[in-house]
Amino acid sequence: MSSFYVILTGMLVAGGCSIVGCFLVLRKMAMIGDAISHAVLPGIVIAFLISGSRDSVWMMFGAAVLGLLTVYLIQLFQQSGLQSDAAIGVVFTTLFAIGVLLISVFASNAHLDMDHVLYGEIAYVPWNTIEIAGFDIGPRAVWITGAMFLINLLVVGGFFKQFKVTSFDPALAASLGIPVVFFHYLLMSLVSLTTVASFESVGAILVVGMLVVPPLTAYLLTEKLSRMIAYSVGVGAISSIVGFYTATVLDASIAACMLCVSGVLLLLAFLFSPSHGVVWRKLFQQRGIVGENSK
Amino acid sequence: MTSLVALLTDPNMQWILLGCILLGLSSGVIGSFMYLRKQSLMGDALAHAALPGVCVAFMITGTKSMFGFMIGAAIAGIVATFAISALTRYSRIKSDSAIAAVLSVFFGFGIMLLTEIQHSGAGNQSGLDKFLFGQAAAMVLSDVYTMAVISVVLIGICILFFKEFKLLSFDPGFARGLGFPAGLLDKLLMLLIVIAVVAGIQAVGVIMMAALLITPAVSARYWTEKLGVMVCLSGLFGAIAGLGGTVISSLGQNLPTGPLCVLCATVVFGVSLIFAPQRGMISKAIVRLNARKSLEQGVGAQPREERAL
Repeated sequence: MSSFYVILTGMLVAGGCSIVGCFLVLRKMAMIGDAISHAVLPGIVIAFLISGSRDSVWMMFGAAVLGLLTVYLIQLFQQSGLQSDAAIGVVFTTLFAIGVLLISVFASNAHLDMDHVLYGEIAYVPWNTIEIAGFDIGPRAVWITGAMFLINLLVVGGFFKQFKVTSFDPALAASLGIPVVFFHYLLMSLVSLTTVASFESVGAILVVGMLVVPPLTAYLLTEKLSRMIAYSVGVGAISSIVGFYTATVLDASIAACMLCVSGVLLLLAFLFSPSHGVVWRKLFQQRGIVGENSK
Repeated sequence: MTSLVALLTDPNMQWILLGCILLGLSSGVIGSFMYLRKQSLMGDALAHAALPGVCVAFMITGTKSMFGFMIGAAIAGIVATFAISALTRYSRIKSDSAIAAVLSVFFGFGIMLLTEIQHSGAGNQSGLDKFLFGQAAAMVLSDVYTMAVISVVLIGICILFFKEFKLLSFDPGFARGLGFPAGLLDKLLMLLIVIAVVAGIQAVGVIMMAALLITPAVSARYWTEKLGVMVCLSGLFGAIAGLGGTVISSLGQNLPTGPLCVLCATVVFGVSLIFAPQRGMISKAIVRLNARKSLEQGVGAQPREERAL
């Protein structure tokens, strides 16, 4: 049962991240997941300093506030004319530096171990359960990541047309009367909340990877946005299952193995995708040349 | 104030100071080319990608030698740059997604190797990841020598190939048309970034290294429209960040050097954002105010003109 819960959590995280990740890839903001997962550090430390406890509810609240602040700051700098990658870089490195400074000045004696607070371990998911009226309803992480997956699915599903137009052609969207800036902020808020909800239970690196790698794999396989989202959720699910069993064989970190499997899937898509794969294209080129010569 | 003077004359302190200034200087210079090529986050990716290299180096040598780690990190960084350029060249994946994908997969692979090493029970594996988080206070004379040699080489190559890098940053197609080996120059620039990152991470850590490559270049862009001036300014800002961070961290206990260098760079960025001529917020506001004033005067003047007609 416990391995089922770990795989389920992995799949929910991968699914939730993939849905919003597709839009990040299309909007050329793929690095934002990495930025958020670092920039929430001061929020966690401040929450710890104020509440004085390592209760994860407070820490998640602090992280969520900082996550939202990060995406708004990035957007603000971008609108003032800064390149998007430079805006991301300046904002997250500054916030992370503030976080590290706060830890070493105020919390160096307290047991605020960054590895444990910031970067959860997916292997411990089954043991952190919720009880309602004395009845065990399953691991907390499953509920949190499941809720986030549902929220992403509902919001993106509900406003699919608007998200699609604003991602591909903001000018057209504006002329159609769609509030482009509002949808941008909505998407960024979803990304931020997904990142925060997920990394506490499965570790930051898995979230950062799942926001980008499965959507990219799907991006190489299809030309339709709806299919891209469906494929990337599928790729995420496959990576979680295969990654879990790889980890048990290798006796290594589960989250890292899931990520490596998704990386292998991306490589496979890069090489063998029917429409965009390097190998097929090379073969067609050669066949084309041979055909020309034989004529 | 006397304590500051005492600190600055302390030989140990001088090494750290010199090391951080040189690091800031060279990463500022390299960073401005990366900024113009819209690859600012490359430094972040390469710094993360160093982890599997460090792990493999430990698995092969079985010892925690700094030199081995640096070689491993450099090889991993070069492989990562090849992966990024292959993804962007041979498929429709854009550069930012390629950077993010390579960063996360390489780092994930590194974590996998790290846990593998930890579980296999090799004796002295603890602190392997410390290489990535950096310790400027532990800098010794030999590190400063290494840093000095590396920054002289980096800045020297940048001066030597200034014209080529300029062309490559603004119009790679034109560079190819003129017969410059654009691919080769591109790889050379990547190699310089890898060297800067590998030299930097063990001193100030992954994120701080990324910041030193991005923030000074972004700040310098606010002040000028000329690449030569921008590169010099960016190097200067980087050096100021290194100097400021080291001095402030020496004034109190528990003050880490890396984050303070980053925050100094951010302060420089903030000053540039607000006060820079032409591109700064204040001068933009003045331009807007003048435009509005002249518009209002123009509107007021129009009826009179009509009357005159």
